[in-house]
Amino acid sequence: MADDLDQIFVTISHSIVGLFPEFWQPVVSAILAIAAIIGVFASLFAVTTVFERKGLGRIQNRYGPNRVGPFGFLQPAADGIKALIKEDVVPRAADKVVHFLAPLAVVVPAFLVYAVLPIGRNMVLVDFDAGVLFFFAIGAATELSVFMAGWSSRNKYSLLGAMRAIAQMISYEIPLILSAVTVIMIVGSLSTTQIVNAQAGYHSIGLPNWFVFTPWGFAGFVLFMIAATAETNRSPFDLPEGESEIIAGYYIEYSGFKFALFFLGEYMGMFAISGLAITLFLGGWHAPLAALEVVPSWMWFFAKLLAIIFVFIWVRGTLPRLRMDQLMNFAWKFMLPMALINIISAAVWHFMVRAGLPGYQCWLVGAAIVAGSYILLGRGLMEGKKIEKRTYRFAE
Amino acid sequence: MNIVFAIIAAVTIAAAVAAMSLRNLVHCALALAVAFAGIAAAYLQLGAQFVGFTQLLVYVGAVAILVVFAILLTRGSEPPQQTVLSSGWITGILVTIAVLGILVFAIAKSSLIKGEAAAQPTLTVRQIGEALMNKFVLPMEVIGLLLTAALIGAVIIAMKEEK
Repeated sequence: MADDLDQIFVTISHSIVGLFPEFWQPVVSAILAIAAIIGVFASLFAVTTVFERKGLGRIQNRYGPNRVGPFGFLQPAADGIKALIKEDVVPRAADKVVHFLAPLAVVVPAFLVYAVLPIGRNMVLVDFDAGVLFFFAIGAATELSVFMAGWSSRNKYSLLGAMRAIAQMISYEIPLILSAVTVIMIVGSLSTTQIVNAQAGYHSIGLPNWFVFTPWGFAGFVLFMIAATAETNRSPFDLPEGESEIIAGYYIEYSGFKFALFFLGEYMGMFAISGLAITLFLGGWHAPLAALEVVPSWMWFFAKLLAIIFVFIWVRGTLPRLRMDQLMNFAWKFMLPMALINIISAAVWHFMVRAGLPGYQCWLVGAAIVAGSYILLGRGLMEGKKIEKRTYRFAE
Repeated sequence: MNIVFAIIAAVTIAAAVAAMSLRNLVHCALALAVAFAGIAAAYLQLGAQFVGFTQLLVYVGAVAILVVFAILLTRGSEPPQQTVLSSGWITGILVTIAVLGILVFAIAKSSLIKGEAAAQPTLTVRQIGEALMNKFVLPMEVIGLLLTAALIGAVIIAMKEEK
């Protein structure tokens, strides 16, 4: 019964594909999988917008949307209709073709990367031998589309926003990839399914075999999530769109459905990178406890995804925006060295485990490398800086 | 010659032609990025996943951005009104013909075109990694050193001069 439920989508897909003649079967199976991915994650986007607005409202001591439908949960439908029937304003000076193509160039790569995410047992669209590399390669194409949007609008604010976004994405892509490298080193494969398989099973004390429960994995996960926040332009790294500084950054000159597409692309990028974090560090679709294996694997993936989304919303409601110099200093002086040290820590772990040393010894040495370098690096960066109470001239 | 290859080739060549002939430099850079992506697709179609994805990561992700930044930082925002053909077009044609000749010569001599193509080897990323770390470890280290030197040089140029 549990197995049936676990494989229910695979079985349904197989039975639908079986209805077609043999020649069409690969095409039908691809179309089914693509439709499922677009449908599921686009509806997750709709639900998340409500959750986000309600969560932010809760944090800021107000209600959030509560008028459309029960508890305001039909708000995305109203927003969607509004976006569709709004006039599409294109500036006269804008570069029409590039301005039209930019939202598409944002959304298409955002959806493409889902192809390599294992959503459940046997539920991955294409199992590339170099799946993680595919994810980062497609993700890199987003930078160009952001530039297209900012440049084609012929607006100073949007060009500034695009420049900020590209500078930020390039800077944080390095710690993002370097923190993922640790997992690739330990597993010895770039394939997402093999990475998930390597995290199967449980320790003797009941903890699952996830990489986040190793010292290098924990440090890598934290670094990866910080870099992912910056990569998806979310608060506190939302300088590219900082409303109070450059209005809305690279998508000022977009209205109606094109704006909705940017919004969609941004959230899709966030879900995708959270999905990659789950795959790399949080054990993919594996259950956290051996007793909970009865729950279908895809449910675990989405439970973890919702938990990460919740943290994203929480962080957005809590932290103020960084300044540009703080952003760059943080990336190059803290994240990059930490990610490099973390690679060394993963290598030490690999050889200690291979030498057959007991688990707690590997753990202690790994934790000492990570924590020691964190403390030394933090101390070193704060040296000579005086932190005193800030006084504001006009805001008090 | 199958349909997929025909589509990839057509898109790549069209983008390359556009990159040469469009008037606005930023449009040229974007068309160039499409051509890079088309070459990556051709690699993928040949079964070279690692090379294809790396092509995408390096050329579309980094080189195209670099080109675009260079254009924006060195030119005004107004689209330039210059002729499509640059003054050195005769030299250009000569160089192109020379390169084409060398390529045709090399391909004609290649063993692939004569005998039946051998069974396509399935090359995994693991094999590439092992080759890089064992057989070609010295060249890789040298390239790493060179890139580090370039990085440090760039930082030194960008650094403010101490007064």
